[in-house]
Amino acid sequence: MSLRVGTDLVFVDTVRGSIRSHAEHYLKRVYTERELEDCQTSNGLDAERLAARFAAKEATMKVLRPRDEGIPLRSIEVRRDPSGWVELELSGPAAALANESGITELALSISHEGDFAAAVVVASCSSGSAATIR
Amino acid sequence: MNDEIREILKGHARLPVDVDSLADDADLYEAGMTSHASVNLMLALEDHFDLEFPDHMLKRSVFESIEAIGRALGELRTEAAA
Repeated sequence: MSLRVGTDLVFVDTVRGSIRSHAEHYLKRVYTERELEDCQTSNGLDAERLAARFAAKEATMKVLRPRDEGIPLRSIEVRRDPSGWVELELSGPAAALANESGITELALSISHEGDFAAAVVVASCSSGSAATIR
Repeated sequence: MNDEIREILKGHARLPVDVDSLADDADLYEAGMTSHASVNLMLALEDHFDLEFPDHMLKRSVFESIEAIGRALGELRTEAAA
């Protein structure tokens, strides 16, 4: 077994800027419906939460290590447990690459405070075996 | 087409360098483009050229230089015209 670690940091204001510039086009291409629901507050979408999810997607890319595969960001989904913890759900090309890489387990932690949001992803890899990622 | 791409880069790639100083084959990520900025660039290209990058093109190599972007746009236009 081996481990891979990915991390990413996002400036929250860049997410606000993307929402201003591209609105639904940005939201629909980057985030899943579930993620958008999880980021919804009584004041609208929370840019800090969105930025944390973007960081999670990029941190996941760093453990998937794509060579020339196209990986849509929506194929990496952050799921929020009611208790507040988060998990990753891969689908489509991201799940296929995880399987090819022998990734058997993924763990995610996200954080946001003020101007910045960050994420860390740890992947457990079992080389030579086909991992099952939901 | 490269001039149009440069104008879009100026508006959306948040590069810390002068876009006009970059060669067509200069690596935009090395020039300071973040992954989040590359998404903005993709969206702006889609809006400007009225097309959509398919899933298999959502990779670093497609957006790594003005030349690469131009090549990808050319492919998409050819596919659309076929």
